[in-house]
Amino acid sequence: MAAVQETIDHVKSIDVDQYKYGFVTDIESELAPKGLNEDIIRFISAKKDEPEWMLNWRLDAFQRWKTMEEPEWARVNYPKIDFEDLHYYAAPKTQEGPKSLDEVDPELLETYKKLGIPLSEQEVLAGIAPENRVAVDAVFDSVSVATTFKEELAKAGVIFCPISEAIREHPELVQKYLGSVVPVSDNFYATLNSAVFSDGSFVYIPEGVRCPMELSTYFRINERNTGQFERTLIIAEKGSYVSYLEGCTAPQRDENQLHAAVVELVAHEDAEIKYSTVQNWFPGDSEGKGGIYNFVTKRGDCRGANSKIAWTQVETGSAITWKYPSCILRGDNSVGEFYSIAISNGHQQVDSGTKMIHLGKNTSSRIISKGISAGVSQNTYRGQVSAHRKAKNARNFTQCDSLLIGDKCGAHTVPYIESKNATAVFEHEATTSKISDDQMFYCQARGLNEEEAVALIVNGFVRDVIQQLPMEFAVEAQKLINISLEGSVG
Amino acid sequence: MLEIKNLHAEVEGNQILRGIDLTVKPGEVHAIMGPNGSGKSTLSYILAGKEDYEITEGSITYNGVDMLELSADERAVAGMFLAFQYPIEIPGVATMTFLKTALNAQRAARGEEELSTPDFMKLVREKSKDLKVTPEMLRRPLNVGFSGGEKKRAEILQMALLEPTLCILDETDSGLDIDALRIVSEGVNQLRSPERSMIVITHYQRLLDHIVPDVVHVLSKGKIVKTGGKELALELEANGYADYVGEEA
Repeated sequence: MAAVQETIDHVKSIDVDQYKYGFVTDIESELAPKGLNEDIIRFISAKKDEPEWMLNWRLDAFQRWKTMEEPEWARVNYPKIDFEDLHYYAAPKTQEGPKSLDEVDPELLETYKKLGIPLSEQEVLAGIAPENRVAVDAVFDSVSVATTFKEELAKAGVIFCPISEAIREHPELVQKYLGSVVPVSDNFYATLNSAVFSDGSFVYIPEGVRCPMELSTYFRINERNTGQFERTLIIAEKGSYVSYLEGCTAPQRDENQLHAAVVELVAHEDAEIKYSTVQNWFPGDSEGKGGIYNFVTKRGDCRGANSKIAWTQVETGSAITWKYPSCILRGDNSVGEFYSIAISNGHQQVDSGTKMIHLGKNTSSRIISKGISAGVSQNTYRGQVSAHRKAKNARNFTQCDSLLIGDKCGAHTVPYIESKNATAVFEHEATTSKISDDQMFYCQARGLNEEEAVALIVNGFVRDVIQQLPMEFAVEAQKLINISLEGSVG
Repeated sequence: MLEIKNLHAEVEGNQILRGIDLTVKPGEVHAIMGPNGSGKSTLSYILAGKEDYEITEGSITYNGVDMLELSADERAVAGMFLAFQYPIEIPGVATMTFLKTALNAQRAARGEEELSTPDFMKLVREKSKDLKVTPEMLRRPLNVGFSGGEKKRAEILQMALLEPTLCILDETDSGLDIDALRIVSEGVNQLRSPERSMIVITHYQRLLDHIVPDVVHVLSKGKIVKTGGKELALELEANGYADYVGEEA
C-alpha cells in the first residue's frame, strides 16, 4: 500500500501550477465591451464584414438563447457563469486581416512557436516529409491568424479557411450547411455560440478528393475574460476523405475562461471524416482556481450511404469539460466511431462521452472510452446509443474502462441505451480498476521509478485509443498523458 | 557482496523473519530451501524492496550500501533483480516495450546513455533466442495470457537483458514442465559468472540438479536452521523437512 500511497501523494502534488502552456502573450488586442446584447452581436458581425443573412442568423440565435436555461444535468459543479461579465470578441490588433505571414505580429508567431506549431510554411517544409505535412489554421482568441498550405490545397479543390472568410467567399456552402447538424436552438451553449461565434475553420472536400494532407487547427485563449466561441464546419462530398486535427491550449489565469465551441461535420455518400482532438486547456491550479470551462457541442452527420465519421479525443485539460462528440448515422451502412481518453487530475471535472444515433439500415458504431481519474477529480462517461424504428440491423459495441489513481477521485459511467428496432444488437462492456500495488512493485523492481511506472501502466491502459490517432498526434498525446500524471512539466 | 544480519520482519503484527544471517559473495550461488510458510518468499520480497513488511531489527547491505534505505527501483539500479514466482500482468504494454522501458530507465538512473532502438532490438533478439522467446511473444502485453512457462522465460529474459549482479530467483521452477525447466535453467546457468551472485529459492531438489548451488540453506520458521553444501539438498529430498522443523519445535 505504501508504494501506491506515495504515488497518490505524488500525483496529488503534480505541478498543475506549472502548466506548460501558461504563458501570456503581450499583444495589443481589440476587445468588444463586456456583456451580451444585440449591439455586441452587430459589432461582431460588422467586424467580420458579414452579409445581412449572417447577422440575422446570429440575432435569431440570440433571441432564442435569451429564453433558454443553462443545462444542469451533467455531473459537474461550478459557480454560476455571469454571461454579462465576459468579452465576446477579442482579436489581435491589426488594421486588416493578415494577407501573409509577414504581416502577422511576430509576437504571435513566437507564441505559436512556444506551442510547438510549425506555422510558417518554410519551417513545415523543412521539418516534415511531404506525406506527413499538416496544414494549420490557427485561431488565436477569436481570429484565425494564418492558414498554411492554402495554395496547395486549392489545387486539389479543397477549401480550408477561417469560417469568417468562408461566409464572405463561399456563402452558398455556409448557408446550406451551417446549423444543419447542430441546429441553432440545439442546446444552451450551441445557441450562445450561434449568436456570438467569432471564428473557426471551414473545410470543404469536393467529390472524390482525398485531402492531400492532414488539416489542423490550434486554438489558444490568450485574452483575459474572453469567451472563445469557435465554429467549425467540415463538409466531405461524395467519396472524399479528410483527417482533421484540433489542438487546444490556454494561458494560465486565475479567472475561469469560457469556451463554448460548435463543430459540425457532414459526410456524404462514401465519404469519410476523421476528427482528432488533443485538448490541454489550463485545468486550474492545485487548489482548483482558474481553468477553462469547456462546453462544447460536436456532432457529425453521416448523411450519405456508406459514409463514416470517427472522433478521437485526448482530453487532459480544462477545469470543467462538458463534451459529447456524436454521430447521426442517417445513411444506410454508415459507420460512427468514438475513441476517447479523458484524464482528470487535481480538481478537474469531466462529463464527456458520445451519442450514436442509428437511423439508417445496417449502421454500426463503436465506442472505446478510457477514463483516468487522479487527485480529487470526477470523471464521468455519459453515452447514448439509440436505434430508431427503421434502423434495421443496427450494431453498437461500447467499451468503457476507468482507471483510478488514489482514493479521493471518482469515476462514473452513465450509459443510455434505447432500441426501437428488434434487429438491433447493442453491446456494452464496462470496467473500473485501480493501479495495483503489485503492478507498481513489479515495475519498480525492474528499475522504473514511481512516475515512470504510473506512466507505463497508464499508457498500456490507453493503448487501444492512442493507436487510432494520426502518428504526430499520438506522440504528442502520449507526452501529454505523461505530463498530466507525472508532474514532469517542463 | 550481500550481507544480511539478524534480519527480523513482520507483516500486520505477524513475525515472519526471526533473525536471518546470510552472506553471499560474488560468483556464489546459494539455494534457500524450506517448507511452505517458512518465510522464503518474504525474504525475496524484502530483499527487492516491497514495502508491505516492517523490518523490526537487523540490516541488509549490498556492496557496502544500506539497502533498507533504498526504494525498489533504486535497488534494481544498484544491481538487484528478483525473478517473481508469480509475474504480474501489465495490460496493454507490449513485452518489448516493457523491456526497453526498464533497460533505459536503469541506464538513465546510472547516468548512461539510452540504447538506440536498433541496438536494443539486436540485443533482445540475441538474448531471446536461447530462451525460446519468439518475436510474437515479445509483441504481446507482458505476462497477459502467458503460460506458466512463458512467464518464467520472460522473467529470465529480463534478467539476461538487465544484467544484474545479484539475482534472486523465487520458485522459478514452479509451474514448469521438464522441458521448460531445462530451458530456464540453461538461461540461468549462462548468466553465472565470477561477478554475479545468485539466491535460488525453491521447494524442490530438482531445480538444483540443473542450477547447481555452492551453498544450501534450510529456512524454517523465519530462521536459517541448517547450512551445507549441495549434498544437503539431496538429503532433504530423501528425508523431507521434518528433521529441521522438528528441531525448531
